[in-house]
Amino acid sequence: MTDGKVRYVEPVMGTVFSIVADVGDGIPAAVDRLHAIDAKFSTYREDSAISRMARGEAIERDPEIAEVLRRCAEVEADTAGAFSAYPAGRLDPSGWVKGWAIEEVDRLLTAAGSRNHLIVGGGDVQARGEADLGRPWTVGIADPRRPERYAALVSGRDFAVATSGTTERGAHIIDPATARPATGFLAVTLIGARIARADAYATAVFAMGPERGLEWVEERQGFEAYAVLPDGTTVETAGFARYLAG
Amino acid sequence: MRRAIVTGTATVSGVVLLLGLKPHSNTPLAARGVTNNFTITQSGGSGGSGGSQPSSGSSGSSSTSGSASQPGSAPSSSGSSGSSAQSAQSAPKSGASSSSAAPASTTKTITGDAADTRYGPVQLSVTFSGKKITQIQVLQYPTETGRDQEINSYAIPQLNQQAMSAQSANIDGVSGATYTSEGYQQSLQSAIDKAGA
Repeated sequence: MTDGKVRYVEPVMGTVFSIVADVGDGIPAAVDRLHAIDAKFSTYREDSAISRMARGEAIERDPEIAEVLRRCAEVEADTAGAFSAYPAGRLDPSGWVKGWAIEEVDRLLTAAGSRNHLIVGGGDVQARGEADLGRPWTVGIADPRRPERYAALVSGRDFAVATSGTTERGAHIIDPATARPATGFLAVTLIGARIARADAYATAVFAMGPERGLEWVEERQGFEAYAVLPDGTTVETAGFARYLAG
Repeated sequence: MRRAIVTGTATVSGVVLLLGLKPHSNTPLAARGVTNNFTITQSGGSGGSGGSQPSSGSSGSSSTSGSASQPGSAPSSSGSSGSSAQSAQSAPKSGASSSSAAPASTTKTITGDAADTRYGPVQLSVTFSGKKITQIQVLQYPTETGRDQEINSYAIPQLNQQAMSAQSANIDGVSGATYTSEGYQQSLQSAIDKAGA
């Protein structure tokens, strides 16, 4: 357990963000930040800047939006187009924004004095420091076949875990190459240092499919992958095992 | 923005639920010998808050802030072996903490709406002491079909994540599916709304 920590749950961005932190001083700012990001980047809000851009309306130049689109373009180049800010032909940088929002919470908590915290946003996790003195954070990877169960437990300090799959919202990852839902994985989990990139990569690897996706992760320093295939078998990159808890 | 905030510490004292964990032969959990009672407690932590599902109506924000004070309720109570359908009041307190009594104020137990999820309904019973949630009981939760599987484990993946402890595993967070936790959130929110807390 993580006694003595502050815990907080906030429904935002169409999902739930939860925070456990050493010091809760940064939480109000972090929560405000999440809502501000949602207001600007939500594709579900007609009046968000992103929705207006997607409709082709002119918006005032916004450095934050420019930065997000730049990051999306980086990941798109990295992944040879398997990730895109236009996954279905329409502007939708959500694949970067949620992870980035979690990083913003991490940043604000750290700035407010927390050294050890865990942030979960809709199934994506950023861990900072450790759960307790000498105990790393442990994150369960939900089993896509039985979501009340874990497929694996991973643990570490200062790491991020992102899972893309069909369980949470049905088949929702569009493969930009085919413009159709990707179906090669039931779920794929990426582990990396920071959640925005890990999350975007998880989306990309999901779209790539098992054959290309796992190999692609092997070539990336600092990232590991674990995946559950439709037949229930699991595959993982060579370095994944060192994260396994136990 | 509809929100129900439960911050602070030690606002939830009772056992939330005790569930048998049937190890799945392929899972690391099983490999690690986690068996039998899978205890979800709220140990000195808040119980989280309601979910604002886009479709559900909005209400004023209900904020229950434990802030700095530590009411000192018992961190958890293990040893209750009841099923999840037991009375919300019945989780015994076996806490070591001395001042386990909640501050004197109206105690009421509210049954939340059953929230449908992809895997079945989730329904909670929430006990309030004043504006503080002191106990959350899961009345209904999805159970896998197929009795042969004897699946009787259920982890509310996201909301209780910080509080979950299995006998040999501490899970701090969950990556992946959140369906059932959304149902949990919905039911919790409805209970909070009904309580007017």
